[in-house]
Amino acid sequence: MKTALAQSIHKALKRQNLAGILDRWNYPATRAKAYEGVDIEALRNQIAEIKGSAAEHLEELAEKFKKSAEARGAKVFRANSPEAVKDYITNLCKEKGVKKIVKSKSMATEEIHLNQHLAEHGIQADETDLGEWIVQLAHQTPSHMVMPALHLTKEEVSDLFSEETHQQQPTDIQQLVKVARKELREKYFAADMGMSGANIAIAETGTLVICTNEGNARLVTTLPKIHVALVGLEKLVANYTDAAPIITALPKSATSQLITSYVSFITGPSPNTDGSMKELHIVLMDNKRTAMAKDPKFKEALQCIRCASCLNVCPVYRLVTGHVFGHIYTGGIGTILTAWFNEMETTGDIQGLCIGCGKCKEICPGKIDIPALILELRRRVASKEGLPFIQKTALSVINNRKLFHAMLRAASIAQKPFVKEGFIRHLPMFLSNLAEYRSLPTIAPVPFRDVFKKINQPKSKTKVSFFSGCAIEFVFPKIGAAIVKVLNKADMEVVFPEDQSCCGIPHWGSGSFDMAAAAAAHNIKPLLADDVKYVVVGCATCATALKKEWPQLLKDQNMDSLVPDAKKVAAKTIMFSELVNKLIEEKKLTPKDGLKLQSITYHDSCHAKRHVGIYKEPRAALTAAGYELKEMFECDTCCGMGGSYTVKQPEISMQMLKRKLKNIEDTGAEYVSAECPGCLIQIGGGLDKSGSKIKAKHPAELMEDKFK
Amino acid sequence: MFNQFKAAAEAAGNTEVQRFGTNAEAFNFIEGFLKKEEIKDTPGSYAIWADAPILKGVDTTALAAKVPGLKFQVTRELSKNAKIGITQMEWGLANMGTLAQDSSAVEQRLASSLSWIHIALLPSDRIVADLPALMTKMHPGKSNYIALITGPSKTADIERVLAIGVHGPERLVIICVDELGGMN
Ligand code: SF4
Ligand code: SF4
Repeated sequence: MKTALAQSIHKALKRQNLAGILDRWNYPATRAKAYEGVDIEALRNQIAEIKGSAAEHLEELAEKFKKSAEARGAKVFRANSPEAVKDYITNLCKEKGVKKIVKSKSMATEEIHLNQHLAEHGIQADETDLGEWIVQLAHQTPSHMVMPALHLTKEEVSDLFSEETHQQQPTDIQQLVKVARKELREKYFAADMGMSGANIAIAETGTLVICTNEGNARLVTTLPKIHVALVGLEKLVANYTDAAPIITALPKSATSQLITSYVSFITGPSPNTDGSMKELHIVLMDNKRTAMAKDPKFKEALQCIRCASCLNVCPVYRLVTGHVFGHIYTGGIGTILTAWFNEMETTGDIQGLCIGCGKCKEICPGKIDIPALILELRRRVASKEGLPFIQKTALSVINNRKLFHAMLRAASIAQKPFVKEGFIRHLPMFLSNLAEYRSLPTIAPVPFRDVFKKINQPKSKTKVSFFSGCAIEFVFPKIGAAIVKVLNKADMEVVFPEDQSCCGIPHWGSGSFDMAAAAAAHNIKPLLADDVKYVVVGCATCATALKKEWPQLLKDQNMDSLVPDAKKVAAKTIMFSELVNKLIEEKKLTPKDGLKLQSITYHDSCHAKRHVGIYKEPRAALTAAGYELKEMFECDTCCGMGGSYTVKQPEISMQMLKRKLKNIEDTGAEYVSAECPGCLIQIGGGLDKSGSKIKAKHPAELMEDKFK
Repeated sequence: MFNQFKAAAEAAGNTEVQRFGTNAEAFNFIEGFLKKEEIKDTPGSYAIWADAPILKGVDTTALAAKVPGLKFQVTRELSKNAKIGITQMEWGLANMGTLAQDSSAVEQRLASSLSWIHIALLPSDRIVADLPALMTKMHPGKSNYIALITGPSKTADIERVLAIGVHGPERLVIICVDELGGMN
């Protein structure tokens, strides 16, 4: 039986209108255009600095804001809990006889389900942001943080409007917007209270900054006599000028616009239309933000400016929308915020949806490492609840290479064993019972360690050690052999430390940091045993572990004594293509003369591109060897493998693969290359299953015998 | 600066930027514009003009009499059904084509946020480079409601298709006037 999550994923995957909309938008290109002439990195640093420092001084800024805003005539109420917010607002409504409220967008009110609460007290709160209104009429929650009704078609919107207005409405979008204009205008004029959020709250001046494109916030804060703003503490910044970088980045990242049509700076009350003074109430809501700010890891999440660009680029989000991935706050960042603002445990399921591809992290204007924080959530949930027994056993098996080895060899001979037992599903990669879009990889009859022993290497003074990783060891020993051959050409002798084991990334990815650290500890000594110049890795995932994660991991697990050696390993670790490119440049490897080879397209594995930053090198090396490079669309978008992701979230993984295969086919290249055996299993299996002529190859396979 | 401002403002869509040397020319243009838009004194067809420095010394009663459908009272009721709203802005931002105004007086907001067309007057020499530059000119310490306006009211909330004129103007006409140079 499918779990509730699997069912909702299945349902979401059948409705792909949101994905289609994101495709037509072509966000990466339009975003880049909006940022033309802007130093994005400088801007991101500025925002991270402004918001990061605000998070450090949350309490101080909240008090300062209160003082400044009150000095200008606003009433400021500080609320710790959602209940306190709800009570304050309902009491205010009762006191002032408020029956009708118009709201401009405020995610904070959605976070605490304010509308429902008000309705229970006989107060009607109408959303006026078009998307929010549509979602309200549909009795749904937002599917996207910036464009909340993106999942609905114009036909569905037409039905909702017809029902609301008791008359048949057209399906033409322009006309639908006019229907909303007419309906909502009456509401603005009839409302007793206007409610808003704020994009920024400036402590220095007590100012609320509100950005909209529709202009609804201007009306909400102008026409009714009372204005209540609900503001999460994370909106605070220290100074007036701190607002500029945020106002500059937000619309560019959110909607690829230079600036939103309207930006309002509201400081204290202004006169009402009848000459009286407006009543301005600002509710500063904590709801765990202070706790978050005190958390050494999660304080970073307070740097979010809610631009939703992390959703627009997320390969998982596009497939399942915010209704599956997140809750109110959607996507990767939504998973994190929901875990804090609601309950850590309730998001356990959706934490597994992030494939960790790092696409979001790369573009986040607040410089938040979203996948790392999701991983940290998993780690905390895992250490609190303990990993499920099977998962734990499976993980301990891969840590023990000899046992793992024996099991896989048995599997390889019987060709199907653990598949049905639910056990293999928790091993890092290769064996899954899902072959609808992808052929299963076969376990090689002879593992690399035995293949290696038979390779006749010329002796050399320059020794390098080879870290194979599980996939090359058991599925692709020929890649390992090709690597040895190419390096021999550069007068390097390869050693293969027999004691090596899994790099630990599968454990790390499931939040089991202690086991990941154990894996690191197991490997360090063997890798440093011979006096090697490099530790060569042919798998981008392993490279991430060796180059980046091990030292930190060991430190975090209080295994400090191993950190210096881990750093030594990190410094020596080099990806195969990186090394080959270097050797070509140093003229230690010379491509054979006049080779005119086939055409290739290159897939950037997430780990290679975004964790270790290797993407130019393989292209340069392959081109130097004589291949013709034909770039594919979205070359650095995840193929859907994601280690064990493909087994845990098979449906999403397969949809991601489908898209990748199409992009590959469209190039018309003869080979697709990637320096990650996981990607090769996924892509190669997909190509095979679809009967494609294109072959997936590791750069080493393509470069074997291509050098003098 | 003006050229950059004009290009950026017009790139925001449904926005046109005019420039005139004198106030008289600007008035002339506005009168012609109102005529072309066939404004008249019926709901949905009239124009409202919020108090503005350019009106200083102008006989608005005479002007209203001359142009039927042009009103200088900006009330809650009148703004609800106005076709055109006219206001005078204080600053322009060259890099984004943005207009800025201290909108603490509610009439300024009523006239610019409910009509179908917003005509915005701007002193031509009050165009600054960008937002940080504007921040040295306008400060929340002095203004309770600072409004930045760029292009028309718009949305892409249904299927990410652009639609103009959601709650406010679907057209923005910016008239830069050299003679307005030093306001007040
Ligand atoms: S996490 Fe970053 S990219 Fe995502 S909404 Fe927040 S600021 Fe934007
Ligand atoms: S890391 Fe990838 S899958 Fe995870 S939230 Fe970011 S973009 Fe989505």
